[in-house]
Amino acid sequence: MLLMVLPAVGLLAVFYYTPILGSVIAFQDYSPYVGIKDSPWVGLANFQWLMLDASFWDATLNTLSITAFQLVFYFPVPIMLAILLDSIVRPRVRLLMQSIVYMPHFFSWVLVVSLFQQMFGGAGLLSQILREHGYRGIDLMTNPDTFILLVTAETIWKDAGWGTIIFLAALAAIDQNQYEAAAVDGAGRWRRMWHITLPGLRPVIILLLILRLGDALNVGFEQFFLQRDAVGREAAEVLDTFVYWRTLLTGEWSYGAAAGLVKGVVGLVLIVIANKVAHRFGEQGIYQRT
Amino acid sequence: MTTRAYRTIPAWAERPSPAGRAAKAAVLTLIAAAILFPLYMVTLTSLSTQEAVSAAGGLVTRPSPGHLSFAAYRELFAGGVVTRAVLVSLGVTGVGTAISLAVTVLAAYGLSRTGSLLHRPILFLILLTFLFVPGMIPSYLVVSSLGLIDTYWALILPSAVWAFNLVVMRAFFMNIPREIMDSARIDGAGEFRILWRIVLPMSKGVTAVIGLFYAVGYWNAFFNAVLYLNDTSMWPLQLVLRQYVLQGQSIYAGQSGESIVAGQNLPPSLAVQMAIVVVAMIPVLFIYPFVQKHFTKGVVIGAVKG
Repeated sequence: MLLMVLPAVGLLAVFYYTPILGSVIAFQDYSPYVGIKDSPWVGLANFQWLMLDASFWDATLNTLSITAFQLVFYFPVPIMLAILLDSIVRPRVRLLMQSIVYMPHFFSWVLVVSLFQQMFGGAGLLSQILREHGYRGIDLMTNPDTFILLVTAETIWKDAGWGTIIFLAALAAIDQNQYEAAAVDGAGRWRRMWHITLPGLRPVIILLLILRLGDALNVGFEQFFLQRDAVGREAAEVLDTFVYWRTLLTGEWSYGAAAGLVKGVVGLVLIVIANKVAHRFGEQGIYQRT
Repeated sequence: MTTRAYRTIPAWAERPSPAGRAAKAAVLTLIAAAILFPLYMVTLTSLSTQEAVSAAGGLVTRPSPGHLSFAAYRELFAGGVVTRAVLVSLGVTGVGTAISLAVTVLAAYGLSRTGSLLHRPILFLILLTFLFVPGMIPSYLVVSSLGLIDTYWALILPSAVWAFNLVVMRAFFMNIPREIMDSARIDGAGEFRILWRIVLPMSKGVTAVIGLFYAVGYWNAFFNAVLYLNDTSMWPLQLVLRQYVLQGQSIYAGQSGESIVAGQNLPPSLAVQMAIVVVAMIPVLFIYPFVQKHFTKGVVIGAVKG
């Protein structure tokens, strides 16, 4: 038995647990030529620098704004879409629609951003149509002011369909007799949705909401990495891209490790808090109380 | 579960009004079009002649007979950067998926036997990976100190095990009735044999879905190549896609001064760019229908619920 588990445990030990131990370089002035053993220890100096670094706080603010914005404008979309899909009567139409809306989830971010560029970029379809009708073309791919709308639209296009799966499962678990009873008592379509469908979805909605809050510092790295150059640092720098550009490219290893460690620890704390809240609501959370 | 199929509207429900039905049909069509139409235009443009693209002033939206051509694809596959990138991506995806699936299936089966030696601590170590993400820098240093920079192993090994997939698979194995395996054990079958002959054949659906998740992950992987491959001649397709389509770089890019398509030294035409997009898309579109039916059989629902 142990033999079977060994390869997986070995891979995790090397590529997951060793980097966690390696995070000690956040407390050093690490140089790859000297190695971890001989690099000088500097205590919390890297973290002090980080706290005084305006671009770190800009990246944090961007990350949190995007999380907040998407909580309002992305989060409800899969719920509404799931209710719509669930209301399709003909099984074949329903299956077809499910196949279509799940699909973009499997495309890479490079592909999705490329497609959006072809639609909304300076040489894209939208500009093409505008120019044909005598207007000036617009380039939404490089405009920092509308960037948050753009990334939210991309996220909706790619993942809203896939996000319906868990809600569809919850919808299928709602007892159909409730609907019948309500209809017999004279509740119309909308009242049934309000009093049966939404309460039926409530546990899943609360769970996902809490998990999203626990994951507030992660907004999808590749999506921002790919668009940061076109839009500019001010709008598109998030915490992960900050670590990459500010440190990996300049060789300030310890500084980058410190930023990564701060993000990891804050993320861990948020998840633990989110789970506590989930338990308070009587939900499972991602790990159970033991 | 999602295929709960009522063929008729239940008797107690109100009949939908014609206007309501039309509105719903319109919304559904709009959603489907928002997803499919970009894919259609990109494909059409990649199949269009230079004249058709110039006439459209960009993406071709309507097919015009006589202006279809495979020239862009012939250029791409005549050798050069794209051909090699496709081979790299196929190779990494194939080898990576095989390794990931093997490791995941073995570990999931091993851990599905509750009560075996070290079962709980190992499970805990795996679940912990959900909670804490080690930083980019220490991960880079580990890969680098193992000498994996500028090797294809750097694209496979660090991401070979997804704890999520492992947990899903284990949950599935745990639902297989104990008695089946116990009777095989009494008949003298070893654990590997039980896994191969009994458990796996009963788990085709979940294995297919997890395999798809891994394969798509490897095919789409982008950032690990940015991080771990300095040698642009080793680039997988996603990086080539970014460079030539997203950044619209001309041909001299690439340290070797090699052209994107053999024997050409101009920026790639829109048709060629769109052909790269289609090539990046095709494997996903090709495998998807075969695995998709398992999503609706509840595999993924179980998966998402964990």
